[in-house]
Amino acid sequence: MSLTTERPAPAESSLIPSKPRVGDKVFKGLSTGSGILIFVILGAVATFLVALAFPALVSSPETLESQGFGEFWSWVIPLAFGTVWSSFWALVFAVPVAIGIALFISHYAPRKLAAPLGYVIDLLAAVPSVVYGLWGGIALASALQPLHAWLATYLGWIPLFSGQPSGTGRTILTTSLVLAVMILPIITSLCREVFLQTPKLHEEAALALGATRWEMVQMAVFPFARAGIVSAVMLGLGRALGETMAVAMVLSGANVIKIEMLNQQNPISIAARIALDFPESSGLAVNQLIAAGLVLFVITLAVNMVARWIVSRRAAFSGAN
Amino acid sequence: MSKRIEAKNLDIYYGKFKAVEDVSMVVEPRAVTAFIGPSGCGKSTFLRSLNRMHEVIPGAYVDGELLLDGEDLYGPGVDPVNVRRQIGMVFQRPNPFPTMSIKENVLAGLKLNNKRASKGELDETAEKALRGANLWEEVKNRLDLPGSGLSGGQQQRLCIARAIAMQPDVLLMDEPCSALDPISTLAIEDLIQELKANYTIVIVTHNMQQAARVSDTTAFFNIAGTGQPGKLIEMDSTEKIFSTPSVKATEDYITGRFG
Ligand SMILES: Nc1ncnc2c1ncn2[C@@H]1O[C@H](COP(=O)(O)OP(=O)(O)O)[C@@H](O)[C@H]1O
Ligand SMILES: [Mg+2]
Repeated sequence: MSLTTERPAPAESSLIPSKPRVGDKVFKGLSTGSGILIFVILGAVATFLVALAFPALVSSPETLESQGFGEFWSWVIPLAFGTVWSSFWALVFAVPVAIGIALFISHYAPRKLAAPLGYVIDLLAAVPSVVYGLWGGIALASALQPLHAWLATYLGWIPLFSGQPSGTGRTILTTSLVLAVMILPIITSLCREVFLQTPKLHEEAALALGATRWEMVQMAVFPFARAGIVSAVMLGLGRALGETMAVAMVLSGANVIKIEMLNQQNPISIAARIALDFPESSGLAVNQLIAAGLVLFVITLAVNMVARWIVSRRAAFSGAN
Repeated sequence: MSKRIEAKNLDIYYGKFKAVEDVSMVVEPRAVTAFIGPSGCGKSTFLRSLNRMHEVIPGAYVDGELLLDGEDLYGPGVDPVNVRRQIGMVFQRPNPFPTMSIKENVLAGLKLNNKRASKGELDETAEKALRGANLWEEVKNRLDLPGSGLSGGQQQRLCIARAIAMQPDVLLMDEPCSALDPISTLAIEDLIQELKANYTIVIVTHNMQQAARVSDTTAFFNIAGTGQPGKLIEMDSTEKIFSTPSVKATEDYITGRFG
């Protein structure tokens, strides 16, 4: 370069690049493009749902009675309930176990055990949901039947367990357990990753104050991982809410809202209802199923917004600053 | 409070690697003892063995005897958790818990011990510890804000407050000023001078002037070469070490004639 011999004119100053850097431009284009693409896809899905759901939403109850599945809201609300109810119990079963396993792998297990255990958990995530459905409907349901009978006999005074227990074990309880197994790997994997990222600095701060290992986990690991745990749980919940095959293969499902978990008659989820009814539907019935899909879409969005709100509430204390 | 430490033939290992060899020394109470030496010579390792933080690292262990007022900290049945409650530690980088407020940080250690203290008692303890760390005036109006909002020097004093809230017998500090600006460093050095009235203080520092300014006794560690264990070369009054050390290597090091 001739910088030493002739002073460049201001316009060609070495501080003002004549060409913007190509790499930056390409990357900026790619990332902006991907961001826009996500919105376009989301918008397209929403538009599709609304447009095809519309005929069912504006039809009179009588028309829906003859050509669809009956009055829309009294049909879809039990399904929405079944969706949320089964997913709720799936979370109740899965989250403590997932956090426990994740913590065991990240902070308690000897290294020789931690790696294979993590691998097995990840493998569970690779099992297709049809397989879970088959297992749940055939093996798990009958295996759990005695548990149903036991719960109904001894804990029947709790409303959840009241009524005649199912003879097949194909109940919302079994369904929730299958869903719990299905969402366990994703929650475990994500939690393990966040737990492993707890700064050594803060773990040592706790230990140096005389914290036992469990106290250290409470002082340093959990607070640090809070946002990550919420995200992991939400991903698991998203999977449970939208799960189709596993639910459809365990439950036949009735159009009811009931909290009893052991009975013959059970509410079913939106996605499973759609999967079960779609093949034999035509005309307005299809529109009605799509309208149910729209309701599921809204439920999922609402759940995610609540999760974001939970995470942002104590942002100042998150450790991100 | 303020106890005497005596190490007898301490060898410190990371797995198979012997990082520190055969250290014997006495650390007097109500005084400041400084550890100096080239980096990698095992100052941090030795310091962390004093409150059994060393063994937190997988495979790390200590061989030898370490007495706190005559009681062997590595004796059979001694719980390292209890040792750490009596021997406080301040780290190189300030590490207040980011998810806790300033007050919660100060009380973090106490909550572990004594979950039943009344709010009044806790407030009083927090104020006393923060005053003890010369931080009270700066934070008294924002005790419920996150500790991570403070400056680096304030965060380090918060960590000191957190340690002294436990009323430890000994306070260990591993290069507590190396991440701080000169003004904050002076504030911490002043604080160390005040704290020594009540605590046994051990400070690792790479800054020779700092050792000369704050300490009563200085220990010089050295290492023969990479892969070799660090050793205690010489320990004496700070005045003596910095004027007429008895070992040539010490003199070379403090006069800067050292690689
Ligand atoms: N976590 C560790 N695992 C293995 N070796 C370590 C670890 N920490 C320090 N060491 C080794 O121990 C020796 C002493 O290190 P350290 O105590 O940090 O020295 P100093 O604090 O004097 O700079 C060095 O050789 C270092 O590589
Ligand atoms: Mg060090």
